Amino acid sequence: MNDQTHDPAPSGRDPAEPFRLVVVSGGVSDPSSTRMLADRIAGRVADRARERGEQVAVDVVDLRELASEISTALVSQLMGPKMTRAVELLGGADGVVASAPVYKAAPSGLFSSFFHVLDSDLLIAKPVVPAATAGTARHALVVDEQMRSLFAYMRAMTVPTSVFAAGEDWNDSELNRRIDRAAIEMLLLMESGFAEQVRSESWKSYQHRYGSAGGTELDIDLSTDLMRLAAGGSAGPRRDGPESS
Amino acid sequence: MQFGIFSVSDITRDPVSGVTPTEAERIDAIVRIARKADEVGMDVFAIGEHHNPPFFSSSPTTLLANIAAQTERLILTTATTLITTNDPVRIAEEYAMLQHLSQGRMDLMIGRGNTAPVYPWFGQDIRQGLPLALENYNLLHRLWREDVVDWEGQFRTPLQGFTSVPRPLDDVPPFVWHGSIRTPEIAEQAAFYGNGFFANHIFWPTSHSLRLIDFYRQRFEHYGHGTKKQAVVGLGGQAYIAKRSQDAYKEFRPYFDEAPVYGHGPSLEDFSTMTPLSVGSPQEVIDKTLTFHDSFGDYQRQLFLMDHAGLPLKTVLEQLDLLGEEVIPVLRKELDARRDPESAPAPTHRGLTEAKYGDRPVRRPRPNANRGDNVTGASPYQDSDAEATYPSLT
Repeated sequence: MNDQTHDPAPSGRDPAEPFRLVVVSGGVSDPSSTRMLADRIAGRVADRARERGEQVAVDVVDLRELASEISTALVSQLMGPKMTRAVELLGGADGVVASAPVYKAAPSGLFSSFFHVLDSDLLIAKPVVPAATAGTARHALVVDEQMRSLFAYMRAMTVPTSVFAAGEDWNDSELNRRIDRAAIEMLLLMESGFAEQVRSESWKSYQHRYGSAGGTELDIDLSTDLMRLAAGGSAGPRRDGPESS
Repeated sequence: MQFGIFSVSDITRDPVSGVTPTEAERIDAIVRIARKADEVGMDVFAIGEHHNPPFFSSSPTTLLANIAAQTERLILTTATTLITTNDPVRIAEEYAMLQHLSQGRMDLMIGRGNTAPVYPWFGQDIRQGLPLALENYNLLHRLWREDVVDWEGQFRTPLQGFTSVPRPLDDVPPFVWHGSIRTPEIAEQAAFYGNGFFANHIFWPTSHSLRLIDFYRQRFEHYGHGTKKQAVVGLGGQAYIAKRSQDAYKEFRPYFDEAPVYGHGPSLEDFSTMTPLSVGSPQEVIDKTLTFHDSFGDYQRQLFLMDHAGLPLKTVLEQLDLLGEEVIPVLRKELDARRDPESAPAPTHRGLTEAKYGDRPVRRPRPNANRGDNVTGASPYQDSDAEATYPSLT
C-alpha cells in the first residue's frame, strides 16, 4: 500500500533451507499410479539434490482429498481450508511436480479444475514437471500438448522433459531414465534461482489483480492513470471508441 | 450506527412450494417488506438495480419514492446504482428528485455491475467498466455541487453550461457510498471525496474485505477528511433467524441449496463458517455480527440480505420481525458500548446539513425567470454568484 515497488514473492531463499517441492497428484485410486509416478519424480529430485549436498522438502497435494472443495471453488469462488493450504504450499514452492491421470484424451477434470481455480499469477516462473499416466500409450501426447499449454497460460516454467507412463512403461527402464532427466532439469532450475529472480525483477510486468497470487498480491500502485482518475483527475484525451488493449 | 436490509430484486422460484412469483407479486412484496422494515425500527432500505430477468428493479427511484411516501423514518438507498451504464446526468437528476420527495431520507450506493451483456444495451463496454465508473462519478460529484457545469470526459458527450435540476435539497448533496469488494481504485475514489465505502462481503471471507477497508481508511485520512477512525464504512450481511438454531438451518437449507448464486455449491455449514452468512438463533446472529466489529472496527451501516432465493413474503416478514425486534436492538446496544467517541456518526441529511451550515440558514435556490429560450446561462438562480450574462443579439 505505497508507491514504492515491493517484492511480493518470497524473497531470497536461504541456502541452508531445503528446496520446497510440491507434488500435485490427480490420482484417485489408492494406490494410484499417478501418485506413484509423481512420488518417483519427487524422490529422484531429492536424491539428486542429496548427491549435490542439497536438501529437498516434499509436500503432497492429493487432489482426491480436495475434490469437494475444488467443485465448490469452481461454482462459488469460495476456497475451503484444504484449498487454502494447497494455495499456500504452491505459493511458497520452489518447484512443482504436477501429475494427472489421462481420461478421454485429456488430463482428468479434477486435475484441470484444480488449476482452473488457482490465481493465474500463483505459479509465475516456477519450474513444473508435467507428468501423466494412462492405460494406453495412445494418450502419450496429452502431457505435452495439453498440460504444457495450461502451465504456459499460468506463465510457469515447464521443464524440457515431461513424463508419461502408460501401463507398459512401468516395466521399462526407459521410464526411469526419463524421470531422471526431468528430475535433474527440475533441480537445476531450482538451483538457478530463476523463478525467484523473475519474480523479484519483473513481477509487475505480469498481469495481477488485487488479492491475486493466492492473496499475497496486495501492492497498490497509486501512480496509474486509473488511480489519478479515481482522485478526481482526467482519464486522458477523449477517444471516439473503447480503447483496445 | 444504521441497520437495515437490502434486496437484489431477484424473482426466484420458491423451492419448497415450487411457485415462482409474478413480477407484480414480487414488486408488491418489496414495498411491504420495506414498510415492515420501517415498522420494526430499522434505519435503511436498499434496492439493487438490474436490467434483465429474473430481476424487477430496473427503476429504483420510482420504487424508492413510492416507499418514501409510505414510511416514516427509513433512509431509502440503493445496492447498487450502476454508475457505469447510467448516464451520471440522469443519476444526478433522478436521485436529487428522490431526495426532495423523501425530504432527505435517501442516499446512494454506486457500483459497477458485473453483468457483461448489460453494458452494450446501454451503449457501453464492460472492458471499460472501471474507468467509466470513476469518470462518471467524478461528473456526478460536480453536478450536485456546482449550479453550472462545463465538463468534458472520455465517455460522455461534453456539457456546456449545464444545470442539473432540481438542485439537491438544502443544497446538500445526497451522501454517496462506493461499493466494492476487491477494487482498490474504487476505495481510493471513496477516500478522495470523503465518501462512504461499502463492502458487501457476503460471498467473500472477511480477510479480503479487511484489506480494502484498511486501505480506504488510510487514504481517507491521507486526503484530510478526518482520521482513519472517522472514515465511513458499511458492510453487507445475510441472515436467517429462528428461535432455535436447528430450526433456522432446517428452514433455510432448501432456499440456500437452490439459491441462484451459491446453490449447488458449498454446504450451508461451510458457507456459514467461511462467509458472513448468519444462520441460527437471534443470539447466534448477534454474536456473528459482532465479529464484524472485531474485524473492521467501528462502522456506520450494516445491511442484511433477507428476501432472496425465493423466500416467501410471509417468511421474510417474520424474519424482519425477528431481526428488528430481537437482533438489532441488542446490536445497537452492544455496538454503542464499543464505539469510539472519535468515530464518525452514520450519515444523514440532517447531519450533513448541520455540518455544512451550522446555525446559518440553508440554501434553497430560487430560479431566475426563463429568458424564453429554456436556457438559463451562467446564473440560473437568484442567489448565483455570477451576474447573469446573455449573448447579445446585435
